[in-house]
Amino acid sequence: MDSEDLIQYVDFVASSGVVLSSEQKAALQTSLVIMKNHYKFHRVYLWGKILGIKDDYFIAQGVSRDEMAERKTLYSLDCVQWNLLPPATKAMRDHTSVVKGRFTGDPSYEYEHTEIRKIGEGEDATEEEHTIQVKEEDRLTSVIATIDEEVAIAPRGAFIKTPHGEVIRNRSFEGLSVSEAGKLNSYFHLREPLKLKEKTLLEKADLDPSIDFLDSIEEDIPRGGSWSVQFERGSGLVALRSLVWLGYTFFHVPGTLKFGSMYIGNGEKNNDLPFML
Amino acid sequence: MSTKGSKSGTPEPQNNANLQREMEIQNAKSYMLKASTNTGLNLYDHLSRVLTKVLDERPENVVDIIEDISKEAKRSKFVYKGDTVRDEFDKTTEVALAETHKMLFEKGEGEGGEPEAEEEVETPLPNIMELSYYFEQAGIGLSREECFRIFLALKQLVDTRPLQTVRFWGKVLGTEMNYIIAEVEYREGEEEEEEEEEGEDKDEEKDEEPQDEEEGEGEEDDIPKPDYKPPPVIPKEENRAGANKKVYFVCNEAGKEWVKLPPVTPAQLAVARKIKKFLTGRLEAPIISYPPFPGNESNYLRAQIARISAGTQVSPLGFFQFDEEEEEQEEGEEARDTYVENPDFEPVPVRDLTDPSLANWVHHVQHILPQGRCTWFNPVQKQEDEFEDEEDEEEKEEPDEPEPEVGPPLLTPVSEDVEIDGMPPWTAKVSSHLVPQYAIAVVRSNLWPGSVAFCHGRRFENIYVGWGHKYASENYSPPPPPPVQEEFPSGPEITEIDDPTVEEEAALKAAKEEHLGEAEEMEDVEDEDEDDD
Repeated sequence: MDSEDLIQYVDFVASSGVVLSSEQKAALQTSLVIMKNHYKFHRVYLWGKILGIKDDYFIAQGVSRDEMAERKTLYSLDCVQWNLLPPATKAMRDHTSVVKGRFTGDPSYEYEHTEIRKIGEGEDATEEEHTIQVKEEDRLTSVIATIDEEVAIAPRGAFIKTPHGEVIRNRSFEGLSVSEAGKLNSYFHLREPLKLKEKTLLEKADLDPSIDFLDSIEEDIPRGGSWSVQFERGSGLVALRSLVWLGYTFFHVPGTLKFGSMYIGNGEKNNDLPFML
Repeated sequence: MSTKGSKSGTPEPQNNANLQREMEIQNAKSYMLKASTNTGLNLYDHLSRVLTKVLDERPENVVDIIEDISKEAKRSKFVYKGDTVRDEFDKTTEVALAETHKMLFEKGEGEGGEPEAEEEVETPLPNIMELSYYFEQAGIGLSREECFRIFLALKQLVDTRPLQTVRFWGKVLGTEMNYIIAEVEYREGEEEEEEEEEGEDKDEEKDEEPQDEEEGEGEEDDIPKPDYKPPPVIPKEENRAGANKKVYFVCNEAGKEWVKLPPVTPAQLAVARKIKKFLTGRLEAPIISYPPFPGNESNYLRAQIARISAGTQVSPLGFFQFDEEEEEQEEGEEARDTYVENPDFEPVPVRDLTDPSLANWVHHVQHILPQGRCTWFNPVQKQEDEFEDEEDEEEKEEPDEPEPEVGPPLLTPVSEDVEIDGMPPWTAKVSSHLVPQYAIAVVRSNLWPGSVAFCHGRRFENIYVGWGHKYASENYSPPPPPPVQEEFPSGPEITEIDDPTVEEEAALKAAKEEHLGEAEEMEDVEDEDEDDD
């Protein structure tokens, strides 16, 4: 959710039970401006909140001119002091995938995970107990990266790809129409496209390269079961809730530029989804 | 073809290439002149109009805003006609909703006439707006406008039904629609009419079923009856008791009609514990699950509400107390299920309430036993009553009389709650670190994410906003199907014997005749012979 419109937009996600207290709003209004200036961001988004046992992490992201490349993630425990998170590496994400349970709220907390695995491939394969220590900060950044990859979305046409390959806001975007807003193929994943290359030439022929450069969420697995699309306020607001990452809410006011998203949840993926539909 | 021609470079092909280029230009121009089927514009005219505009107006950094100029040119050119139909369509849903909402804002005509009568009865309507302010501090809740609409909807509920207490229980998210839930208690004795009707309906249904069976049996005597008797159905708790202490009303949107949820049965609770399903938002939607859920979504929702209430409704220590008079009467009984507000309640300081031990918060809703009831019901006892004649059965069942299930009594401190895989079941917090003297105490359930309680002085409240699922750190796995039934033990009485051959039969016959001839009394021997064969 864009930091500049945060106060107005936060009401749009309130129907999912997400609200910020006046204190938090006031603090964010101050601290995000300072952060934006300090890190020389082009734009700052309030990403959401990850609820921990002891404390909650507020997450913000800053982008430079290109909306997709160089996204930096910061966290804060009190909405005032923001700390930069390291980018999630592949190794970090592999390590943290074994961690279960809730976040604690202490970034320096270390999870311990013991697993028995084979050391040395082929030559002298011996089974050894291996303890992985995962810092909560690493887990945080990996989870955020995963959520961004799996569920961060934007309406079709909100971002365009310039001939230089930059992804920028589309100045001419005027919002989806009401009928478009109810369809999953009007929303795109904000990530490097994975499924676009798999499309046939026939399907690609209809795509507009400056707009359709991302994957649409229609193809998410399970099909039709990954998202809950609801019109609220009649048709004045469309809310998409991810069923894979419970707590992720995206909103768009059809016919306007207003759209945004917020994640407020445990930071745990809903692996039970196949049983729940 | 054209590329080949241009490469060769001889005069004739060059001429050809020129022609070709001419053709291409004409093709392009005719393509650009093609009028759009939607708007009737064509690109050629449009571009010339845009360029004229640019050269006339000479804006700065024109290359950056050329798209906008182009749009502007289009917009000024034509009147949008195509959208009128769709526009009207769009508005209908929004307008329809606004009209349902408008009902909430209209003042009933009856009210104005008799305001005094209304005031005499203390209104059970809670001050939702005040509560929503507190929940906002806790970081949970709904937008103020939505809260106000719910407030009005609750008012409607209070005005139309004889209610003792009303509470906004929370909101459960569904995949298609969401549920807004109100928790009410009817005034003593006034809800009976409605209840009885429902009860009668059910009784009738029950009566009908056995009749059908009997008829079926009468026609065909041959069908063997199984010895298996299903375990006795554990009866649901009476209204105003245990898990059915409160009545719940739901609606999808404030202003829509409130629908009463049916009372919960132990069987539903037992199955609801084993399944994990998303709610859809339609009360009549079927629940397709394993183990099969007895009922539709309204029953599942009711079961989840009962479970969430039992697990997460908390109040500060000392706010409620047991009724002393009743206490004396029921001293012998194992669980007390009523409490009264403590008139001498001293507000617990925020610091004590947010103490990690959480000894200052107590559950004020009864624990639901594994059986699915709050008070234990002995299934064997019921059998004895029913099958008084069948003494054998009684004897069999008496030895394995089940141990009564016991749960924590009412008003047990939250600190007694079981940990979830090493995690504390509750998180206590102060709403503000900056101005702690005015902060409120907030506790959040980790077992039922979305459930929050606050306390500030004498005010406290619980709310639930979430998907209606219990937290588990391990993944859900459906219970395995029951083990395969054992085969009937094979013995001589069910083993198949080969039919005797003709020779054997003939031999037997001959032997019989011999025997008959020798001595007619020795019939026993014959039998033995037969067996030998």
